[in-house]
Amino acid sequence: MPDLGLEVLFKGKNFARLLEGLGVALRISLISVVISIVAGIGVGMLMTWKNPISRAITRCYLEIVRIMPQMVLLFIVFFGTTRVFGWNLSGEISAVIVFSFWGTAEMGDLVRGALISIPQHQYESAYALGLTGIQTYQYVVLPQTVRRLIPLSINLITRMIKTTSLILMIGVVEVLKVAQQIIEANRMSSPNAAFGLYLTVFLLYFLACWPFSLLARYLEKRWR
Amino acid sequence: MNWEFIVKYLPLYQKAAVLTLKIGIAGIILSFLIGLFCVAVQNYRIPILRQIVVVYIEISRNTPLLIQLFFIYYGLPKIGIRTDPEACGIAGLAFLGGSYMAEAFRSGIEAIDLIQFESAYSLGLTRRQTLMYVVLPQAVSISMPALVANVIFLLKETSVFSAVSLMDLMFTAKDLIGLYYQTTECLFLLVVFYLLILLPVSLAGRLLERRLRYAGFGT
Repeated sequence: MPDLGLEVLFKGKNFARLLEGLGVALRISLISVVISIVAGIGVGMLMTWKNPISRAITRCYLEIVRIMPQMVLLFIVFFGTTRVFGWNLSGEISAVIVFSFWGTAEMGDLVRGALISIPQHQYESAYALGLTGIQTYQYVVLPQTVRRLIPLSINLITRMIKTTSLILMIGVVEVLKVAQQIIEANRMSSPNAAFGLYLTVFLLYFLACWPFSLLARYLEKRWR
Repeated sequence: MNWEFIVKYLPLYQKAAVLTLKIGIAGIILSFLIGLFCVAVQNYRIPILRQIVVVYIEISRNTPLLIQLFFIYYGLPKIGIRTDPEACGIAGLAFLGGSYMAEAFRSGIEAIDLIQFESAYSLGLTRRQTLMYVVLPQAVSISMPALVANVIFLLKETSVFSAVSLMDLMFTAKDLIGLYYQTTECLFLLVVFYLLILLPVSLAGRLLERRLRYAGFGT
């Protein structure tokens, strides 16, 4: 049995430190998800407007987010804007800005998809029954939209958590960075720590995302 | 904007872009194959392999590529599996992409009604003919949007390769920023090159989606 470097995990407060790092990543993704969902609903409604200007703007926005890797956006905000505008952004704030920017577009697209998936005859039937515009939204359109949206937004949470692994690159101390520090600190005593620690980080991310995936799948099946 | 600097370092970016593309394409082709394999295994209900595929898909879809790469590149050598950066990048991308492709194919196949099979059999088509002329054309058409999205997603994910010291676009940009502190120029070049790679893919993908939108539409 080769030395897998797992004993480092239980030395001192190493495991607690890893969890703390995961906490940083989860906090950033949670904040970004909340912002994205709120802003995304607005953007999604904008996308369904017939107005050509709002349509062109949201289209461009969506295309930029679709094409640019999140890593590039992180670099632009963290290194680029700080240089051009001369302000000072911490890594965490830049991460929240970028992930919200990205998540808003994704969420907006989901909202748009859910809104246009409600067939026209639902509106017409509601009007024919004598419901007002607001009532139509409240009792007919929204309940159906929300049902379609909730599983998709839960999926967005898992993607957000996965993307937060990138913030290591802009110097935020999250779980991967903590793992690196622990490996460096124990280079002499346990040279194989890299295997055990990266495996642990791998599993931690999996355990953070998997429940959300399962929940999303369950809701999707149940509410179909 | 310092244009002299941009012109001077353009070749570096070109090299990096070629490398990014090379690894991206290799990874995408591999993930296609893995995806097809997984779908085949699930469809024909091959016993033990099927469970392995399920576990693989769950793991690969619920962990970030960066962590997978770190594990492959820094973790695995400790138990004797050593890879060079390029192989590691391709392996990581294929590991991640395989499950996404599998899900895309699966959604395409699942969308085809049982009645299509029954009709084909009652018309006297053999199993292979049914697959070739009835099922696959529709499955490809239905899963095309997801496949295009996956290709773009995987190409975007190549940006994390710099973490395993692969000289890709991201790495070059980071390196040059560190060396010369010409942040604006470096990032400008970075954005331009990513646009050059991904914009055509995105446009071609949309065209392809439109041309292949025949299954189940207009019914």
